[in-house]
Amino acid sequence: MTTVETQLFQTEQEELISGSEAIAIACALADVDVITAYPIRPYDTVMQYVSKLKADGVFDCDFIVAESEHSQFEIVKHASAVGARTFCGSSGVGWFYAFEAITVTAGLRMPVVAMVGNRALDDPGAFGTEHNDALAVRDLGWMLYWVATAQEALDIALLSWRVAEDPRVLLPMAISCDGSFLTHSQAIVNVPTSEQVRKFLPPYDRGKLQLHPDNPITIAPQVNEDWLMEIRRQSDEAMHRSVAVIEEAYADFKKTFNRGDPSAFIEEYMTEDAEILIVGMGTLALPVRVAIRRMREAGKKVGFVRIKFFRPFPTEELQRVLGGVKAVCVIDRDYSFGSPSFAGVLFHELRSTLYPLEKRPLMLNFIAGLGGREIHTNDVNHMVDIVQKAIDTGKIEQEATWIGVRE
Amino acid sequence: MSTVAVEVVYRGIFQKSLARNIVRNIVFAARKDGKIGTAFGRYGDSPERNGIPAKQFAVVADNAEELEETLAQYEPTEVDVTINVDDTLCKGVESWAWYGLQPINQLTKPGGTLIVTSRQDADSLIRDMHQKDSPIGLSILKSTVSFSGLWVYKDDHTDVRVLGNLCNVCPQLVSLKSMLETIREQTGSETKVASAQKAYDTATIRQVEPGEGNPEIPYSFVLPGWKEMQEGVVIKAIEAGGGFRGGEGGYQPVRNEVFKKYSTRSMRPVINFETCIKCTLCWLQCPDTCFDVTPDGLYDANMESCCGCGVCEAVCPVPDCVTMVGEAEFEDNNSQWEMWQKDKEGYNSWMTLLVDKQKSETRTHGFHHVGGYAEEIANTEEVS
Repeated sequence: MTTVETQLFQTEQEELISGSEAIAIACALADVDVITAYPIRPYDTVMQYVSKLKADGVFDCDFIVAESEHSQFEIVKHASAVGARTFCGSSGVGWFYAFEAITVTAGLRMPVVAMVGNRALDDPGAFGTEHNDALAVRDLGWMLYWVATAQEALDIALLSWRVAEDPRVLLPMAISCDGSFLTHSQAIVNVPTSEQVRKFLPPYDRGKLQLHPDNPITIAPQVNEDWLMEIRRQSDEAMHRSVAVIEEAYADFKKTFNRGDPSAFIEEYMTEDAEILIVGMGTLALPVRVAIRRMREAGKKVGFVRIKFFRPFPTEELQRVLGGVKAVCVIDRDYSFGSPSFAGVLFHELRSTLYPLEKRPLMLNFIAGLGGREIHTNDVNHMVDIVQKAIDTGKIEQEATWIGVRE
Repeated sequence: MSTVAVEVVYRGIFQKSLARNIVRNIVFAARKDGKIGTAFGRYGDSPERNGIPAKQFAVVADNAEELEETLAQYEPTEVDVTINVDDTLCKGVESWAWYGLQPINQLTKPGGTLIVTSRQDADSLIRDMHQKDSPIGLSILKSTVSFSGLWVYKDDHTDVRVLGNLCNVCPQLVSLKSMLETIREQTGSETKVASAQKAYDTATIRQVEPGEGNPEIPYSFVLPGWKEMQEGVVIKAIEAGGGFRGGEGGYQPVRNEVFKKYSTRSMRPVINFETCIKCTLCWLQCPDTCFDVTPDGLYDANMESCCGCGVCEAVCPVPDCVTMVGEAEFEDNNSQWEMWQKDKEGYNSWMTLLVDKQKSETRTHGFHHVGGYAEEIANTEEVS
């Protein structure tokens, strides 16, 4: 193992890096043209490493530290319009401060790739992870992915540009990384060569949509009700098309880099013959997998489905996997106050997903790990006990339960 | 199953790079042994504050699944080795993430080892450490405590010496061979490899038995449930203060009862009450409002509240009236003014002794940093 600076990208190598650092390296591998930044924890770990790579001379890009998150996202939007490959990101309320720019980026079909270092929304000021920040773009035309390991962060960043910039898609993509667990812990990561990445990732070509003196166009004129629905329908179609593009790109990814899951959209763990399936996103996969291994040893038929792509949502795959089980145990590291079940966002998405099935499993929701509170294996056992009780009695006493909250 | 966990307890910012070097090199070396590992800092400690105690961890396992088993509990509840790179933290660890006071050996598992970089002897370190009900080993790495700053790193070999020592006291973690190779690769310095080897060769362990150490129960607090908490993210203000220690004269602010700052400081001010001109500057400038105004108009630094920043010393216009002295010199947090009241002569000679000793000591804190390293490196070598 060597330091990143000396031999980066010539040969495949191992690095001891965080998820944020992995994404910064992906930026260098993908030869991103314009990166904008504005510090907020925990996302700032990406910009620190990008500036280090740039200062060390291993990566050349326009690195612009803006005066706010709003400008940061505006700048990459414009850069993307002229044909630059772009990257930016933020966390928590910083992400929200950029929201006007975030919505127009999707509306204008700019394939910006952003990292969201998941952080609780203020107030109260808190640094720990919560998924509500990234989830806020779920209705806007952003593709949205939840990462569980530093390796996956690097891999999915590479996939993001490939999918987002595909002429059939041209939608922005956000990579969600749990603050602390991914952004601040260093794990062993395999870093591919520039050569491999070049083979996988073609140059960004906006074609006739590129803003250039040789291609005089106007972008984003004001429209009224006689235009808007058609424009929205186009975005809807692009999101539809993204599903096949993701499948195609992921298959190619696995061939090029020799790693990856069977599905681009979900990860299945011990789902075969499972009677109870736990569903969740991000790094909570780790304690959940460990808890399941122990439960399996005790003869309990429990499995886990990690949702990777939240947008586009893997409806059919989830219907196939979750359809036959007795109960689905949804863990939300988020909340949706006043929602139909006073429960989490993921829970409602899944209930909507499973509603058309003839045989619907019992569904229970657990709000856990807010603000970065750890979800322990004991918490997972506790959830499964509650679910088992519902199965045994055929009755759900409470749809959403808060786990680990001090009563 | 074989998973080995190590924690490094250090002073935020001043020793961040030091701690990082230690945990990263552990994982690099483990990799050479065909194992897998991870390194991380305690998220609640960051962004780090100057001198505030913080922790980083390295966890090494035989394979990915075993590593996962350990990391399912993200912040380890016990470690095989605790490495304390500032001996004053033997008194306990209060991170700004507000966990209360954690004994330095709290996570050290029964039969585990506590490595301390120090010039103190075992007895005085053990006096500072809280008692445990199981034995652990204490391994003192003779060394001047290594402090640097945010943008600079004091390259005084403390990191590699700790790693050499570690390979001796915890052979199941990584092999010395892999560690030396790692140090060679990462630093390109044969001198550092030799330093690590020497620390390995000279490492010693002294058993600390149950019942040895500070018998005090560390202060703790209970967090309220959501129904007991005020809504609207509102907390009640601490009431205004009153007279000195409940008396008529003077003034003492009321302080947070559950947030002491005993171990957040590595130095504390010692006051010469005879030469104080009552100018109020220390009292005004102290960022932690730690000075109590005595009935006779003097200023008594309250050790529940002092974080050891040294501003008082910096602003005091009288030479040697306020002197920052290393925490290792103190065994309690008692009032200096009360001690002086009781026995002025005794206090003055105690104070003079401390002040003189401080002048010949190399211990520094955040305010004393610029340029002081050259002599300190020589000093470290001499000690080692």
